[in-house]
Amino acid sequence: MTSTEMTSNEPILTLLLAGPAVADEAPALADGAAEALGAAARLGTPVAVVVGAADALPQLAEAAASLGAARVLTAAVDPAQLGAPVADALAAAVAQEAPAAVLVSHSIEGSDAAGRLAARLRAPLAVDAVAVERDDEGIVAKHSVYGGGFEVTSAATYGPLIVTLRLGAIDHRAEAAAPQVSALEVGASGRPAAAVEGFESVVQASERPDLRSAKKIVSGGRGLGSKEQFALVEQLADTLGAAIGASRAAVDAGYVDQSLQVGQTGTSVSPDLYIAVGISGAIQHRAGMQTAKTIIAIDKDANAPIFEIADLGVVGDLFTIVPQLVQALEARK
Amino acid sequence: MKIVVLVKPVPDTYGDRVLNLETGLADRAASETVLDEITERALEAVIRHAEESAKSGAGDVEVIAMTMAPAESQSTLRKALAMGAASAVHVADERLAGADLVRTAEVLAAALRRAGADLIVAGNGSTDGSGGVMPSMLAELLELPAATRLETLEITADAVRGTRETDGGTMTVTAALPAVVSVTERMPDPRFPALKGIMGAKKKPLEVLTLDDLGAELEALGVELDETASARSIMVAATQRPAREAGEIITDDGTAGERIAAFLADRRLA
Repeated sequence: MTSTEMTSNEPILTLLLAGPAVADEAPALADGAAEALGAAARLGTPVAVVVGAADALPQLAEAAASLGAARVLTAAVDPAQLGAPVADALAAAVAQEAPAAVLVSHSIEGSDAAGRLAARLRAPLAVDAVAVERDDEGIVAKHSVYGGGFEVTSAATYGPLIVTLRLGAIDHRAEAAAPQVSALEVGASGRPAAAVEGFESVVQASERPDLRSAKKIVSGGRGLGSKEQFALVEQLADTLGAAIGASRAAVDAGYVDQSLQVGQTGTSVSPDLYIAVGISGAIQHRAGMQTAKTIIAIDKDANAPIFEIADLGVVGDLFTIVPQLVQALEARK
Repeated sequence: MKIVVLVKPVPDTYGDRVLNLETGLADRAASETVLDEITERALEAVIRHAEESAKSGAGDVEVIAMTMAPAESQSTLRKALAMGAASAVHVADERLAGADLVRTAEVLAAALRRAGADLIVAGNGSTDGSGGVMPSMLAELLELPAATRLETLEITADAVRGTRETDGGTMTVTAALPAVVSVTERMPDPRFPALKGIMGAKKKPLEVLTLDDLGAELEALGVELDETASARSIMVAATQRPAREAGEIITDDGTAGERIAAFLADRRLA
């Protein structure tokens, strides 16, 4: 963002959803709340629309204020109903606030809500934005398309611009505000919703950073050879405090879970550091990581395409190089 | 039961994909157009359901492939027919070039109303647009429930059910039919059409619709026929990112691990 940012007091709505309910834990906002409020604070007055189960709303509203919401509008929804009820709440907030923009995390539930809202209001929708800014004519959204090969700027011709923000893309954070909370009056649309029959929470097995928002990522490919040997990637990641990623080949071979897949059909990442271990770098993989600031590649094939985009490429046996690297990093600590 | 699978012709990710920097639109001549893999998987899952349904006597399932795309991408619908769809619907109209998301949703919703589907299945996100919002937008316009990003898909006579990975866990969801679902790449690998399928595809119905053909449905949705003069969101700039250049390539001489550690330390990355 530029330093000559134009400021405005126009309300900027942010949709903040409740994270999954975990037994014995306080209710928390879903990922991306701080980013959405941080982006909103740059454009105008951040107004949060906090949507969750009725009993969780006071704590969620407080969390929203601490992340920078100047005002918090709350709406209770049944967490067992998907889609329409969240859109109902957001539509009510748009009617009340007449915002210049509506910012929503490009998470699964967030993008579903944004899509429904845009369709209902027939309003402009900018998806998977990596930045939002103001220019002379209003609010614009920036997108990184075709795997980071192009940057595109989109804008609304009329109506509030509804934007979904790529998780991990916004660095700015808003300053905490005093909680100023009011309940939103929501007229239910009565549109049919899908029903949640069950939810099984995944216990985070590690303290590793989340792949989508990590500043450092170590990714492994088919070159690791087996699930057991993929542990090398984990060791290097833990030494660096990095998240773990994988190529599609490694996922298809069963070395790691599909949620760790980086690339065109997995997660797109742009960390400060990306270390590719035993990854040849098919174009679909590169499309998901080539916007990383620094890329290091280790692979035995000197012709591997990953070397075309690596800042440092090492041709050799990962099974000797990675342990040596881990040892060297430990020695420097 | 009638199931419409929304399929999408996209630029092949195996080649260079190019945006026209003047118009901001995809340069379709720059790369080969293929059926997006995720929509092939969606189609595969639905065709399998139809085959199993026929085998077990559970009833006839009609599979229709539908797309909104330029006229020249029609070969991708022939592939969908060769894979096993019974018929195809191609919404093609020059007035739709550069259509934004809401316009696309309105036109597809109109075509879906016309087809009268019990279930609408889409991929969870295309390789070119990657927005993943279309299924929810269609559900909203058609006033249907949406179960998005399903990793498993179970279709019964009156409902659809599946699991989805969301923040922090796995959710089992269900929706009464008619409904919209989107599916992830956990769906089965798409089949390669057999020669018999390819030959048969030439005889299957492929309907081409223009905006005028959808006039009544668009009106029912409260949409103007020709909105080209009033796009809601516009692209105001498009730039090409400079190609990333290769840095230093070394061959391990027994000290590469040390070299990488020094490189990271120099750049304050370790």
